[in-house]
Amino acid sequence: MKGQRMIRMVKRDAISSKKQWMIRGIALVGALLAGAFLILSLGHNPLAVYKDMLAGALGTPTVRRETVKLAIPLLITAIGISFAFQMRFWNIGAEGQILMGAVCAGYFAFFQYDNLPRPLLILVMMLAGMIGGGIYGMIPALFKAKWGTNETLFTLMLNYIALAFIKYLKNGPWKAPHSQFPKMAMLDDRARLGKILGIHWGWILALVLVVLAYFYFTKTKQGYEISVVGESTDTARYAGIPVSFVLIRTMILSGALAGLAGMLQLAGSDYTITESTAGGVGFTVITVAWMAKMNSFGMLAVAVFIAVLERGSNKIQTTFKIPASAAEVLTGMILFFMLGCEFFINYKLVVSKREEAGA
Amino acid sequence: MDGHTLDYAVQMKNITKFFGTVTANHQVSLELRNGEILALLGENGSGKTTLMNMLSGIYFPDSGTIKIRGREVTIRSPRDAFELGIGMIHQHYKLVEPLTAAENIVLGLPGGMYVNRRQVNEKVREISRRYQFDLNPKKKIYSMSVSEKQTVEILKALYRGAEILILDEPTAVLTPQETEKLFTVLRNMKEDGKSIIIITHKLHEVLAISDRVTILRKGEYIGTVETAAATQEDLTEKMVGRPISLEIERPKTQRGEEMLKVVDLTCLRPDRVKALNKVSFSAYAGEILGIAGIAGSGQKELCEAIAGLYPVSGGSILYNCQTDGTQVMENIVGQRSDQIYRKGISMAFVPEDRLGMGLVGSMDMVDNVMLRSYRRNPGIFVDRKKPKEISEKLIRDLEIQTPGVHTPVRRLSGGNVQKILLGREIAYEPLVLVVAYPVRGLDINSSYKIYDMLGEQKKKGVAVIFVGEDLDVLMEISDRILVLCGGKVSGVVKPEETTKEKLGLMMLRVTQDEEVIE
Repeated sequence: MKGQRMIRMVKRDAISSKKQWMIRGIALVGALLAGAFLILSLGHNPLAVYKDMLAGALGTPTVRRETVKLAIPLLITAIGISFAFQMRFWNIGAEGQILMGAVCAGYFAFFQYDNLPRPLLILVMMLAGMIGGGIYGMIPALFKAKWGTNETLFTLMLNYIALAFIKYLKNGPWKAPHSQFPKMAMLDDRARLGKILGIHWGWILALVLVVLAYFYFTKTKQGYEISVVGESTDTARYAGIPVSFVLIRTMILSGALAGLAGMLQLAGSDYTITESTAGGVGFTVITVAWMAKMNSFGMLAVAVFIAVLERGSNKIQTTFKIPASAAEVLTGMILFFMLGCEFFINYKLVVSKREEAGA
Repeated sequence: MDGHTLDYAVQMKNITKFFGTVTANHQVSLELRNGEILALLGENGSGKTTLMNMLSGIYFPDSGTIKIRGREVTIRSPRDAFELGIGMIHQHYKLVEPLTAAENIVLGLPGGMYVNRRQVNEKVREISRRYQFDLNPKKKIYSMSVSEKQTVEILKALYRGAEILILDEPTAVLTPQETEKLFTVLRNMKEDGKSIIIITHKLHEVLAISDRVTILRKGEYIGTVETAAATQEDLTEKMVGRPISLEIERPKTQRGEEMLKVVDLTCLRPDRVKALNKVSFSAYAGEILGIAGIAGSGQKELCEAIAGLYPVSGGSILYNCQTDGTQVMENIVGQRSDQIYRKGISMAFVPEDRLGMGLVGSMDMVDNVMLRSYRRNPGIFVDRKKPKEISEKLIRDLEIQTPGVHTPVRRLSGGNVQKILLGREIAYEPLVLVVAYPVRGLDINSSYKIYDMLGEQKKKGVAVIFVGEDLDVLMEISDRILVLCGGKVSGVVKPEETTKEKLGLMMLRVTQDEEVIE
């Protein structure tokens, strides 16, 4: 019989964390090498481009602040969807929940700013953002609990409704006075967030949430219930956990965090609401949450990593005139390698030769 | 090639298979002669199914050789296996429920876009006649009994021209009568020149059907013996590794008070079919009430209804409980689990799906031990201190093999998983204990440990309800046996006043009545 090679996948039993990081390191190097070919084909020096990417994201205090500003909504929303994901509720509607949070906060920011003292205004905006996002997150959970609807489609569709709603607001009732274009006004200074170390204080809130989320999942009854429901609804039923109630409660929390991110985006970064207020954050955070394996500290690292990539790819577009699409392909490749290497952490490949098996 | 090799349908030599760090098969050899029935005997977890899965193309061996009819082969997929004339009937049937028997049989076969149903039906009938199968090719799978589904699986293999048939625990879900029918068919197939491997851990079946027995223990090959020269005792010893008594202790106890009374209980399945139809019985302190029935006769719904987890559409479930010093029978129908708990009803339930319902596979022992009690301490935080103490005690008392209390329970063996589940349920000192198929998939040692634990509970005055599938075990362990058939109670009998065959008939009774009416 002729010798044939067979490659098979074998699930790994356990892997040391040292080896895990080695695999991730190799993946990063692989990604940079693959990216280098792309850059070369565009006629640039890969080393220079990579250096510029880093400089653009972390080089000066100003760009560092911009990077952190980008990471804040990623981190808070990622924590939000991880609540749903832990429960195996595939909430891909964070985009819509962010927008609804921004809209609800926006009502107070745009129209009530002179009726409320400033600290109270900001507090009310935060609450409104969380309630708006929370309700928007609750709707699909309610339908799933009552009628077993598919949450993936449901949350996805709600995104488009939220987008259309914003389009309606900026064209109609919330259109900025005296503006020729369909857009909303800029926020009054009183409705804008203060800065700490040059960045709006949402970053402190995000860090607090990282710790709180960690404790919520490891120490509280509610977090424990989410894990049980996520593993098996039969087990949850058996344990006497009211599954529908947990489903709805958790999605309110999940949506509320996304809504909070929307409020921070409005009051701390954009100072207005547009269709791009969420700007794909609701989808990017799916990557963040998965890469971090739902661990909130991991999400902190991944959110910063992705923010660095994004800032970096913006920078090389201006420096090297690399088209935006090519820069996106480059970041996509890096993410692909980083996500793909998880396969090699869970599985190993075994090459077996027929002759050996026969011997 | 010499004539000697040609006598063999299958020769597996020095087969080794690892799953991660676990060795499922270590240097195992097996030979199947042409036209014989070979029993592959071993405890659960001894690597029988793994070995056969390598013959049927589901797994690929890490080392070793396989020869089919004397020729060395590489079996990389089920398709390869089926081209070599190997057909395996798995323990869990792989059938498409809304399709007919004939459609399932031709599913996946090469051919054009259209199926000539008449031709297929004719061929299925022809095979059925030859081996005395009893099957209507036009019947849909979902309306079939377990034994009929098994017949479809066997026909599927035969239709594809299988000369070598592997049956994985084919009798586990059959009544004694159905088992006898299956054995007749297997003997007919053997007469016809087919070579058959039957995986089992039931000794009396080995002796009844096989020509030779190959024994595995803990993934290792122990030996092959002629069935005619074997006895139950030495087969057991080879299988377990030491002499072992197969008697189940049935402690004598005085039957106590009525702890649970079920009256006219009726439950509907999601498709509005009656899963339970006016079921009435009582369970008493200090006795084990066995529940027998063919698979899907309402056992699952009955257990869950008693545990307050299944919607009840009629009748009542009354628990004996103490309220302010007086004893009352409290109806739990329509109550939530926390209400039931607050009434002082103390009931424990070991569901049949251990990792899908009783435990959370990805969690450690501590988190699993607190699953049913975490709400009892006040505040928003979970208290893991007491569950940890209970876990450590369970590990000591029940000799649970685990690296530690923080290992995910999914990583543990079936026996240890069951000890954790039953141990947790017993730890809260219930008055009524419902166990569903508690030894399914367990090795002999663990099984006997579980029987002992149940006997222990009975001695303590707990009313134990034992849902089982092995009639021999039910006859030995139960004080009374309730037989379910099609969601109805077809009788309650004492084991010493009945026989396995009579139980088997009771398990089929209602269906037979219906056939008479039609």
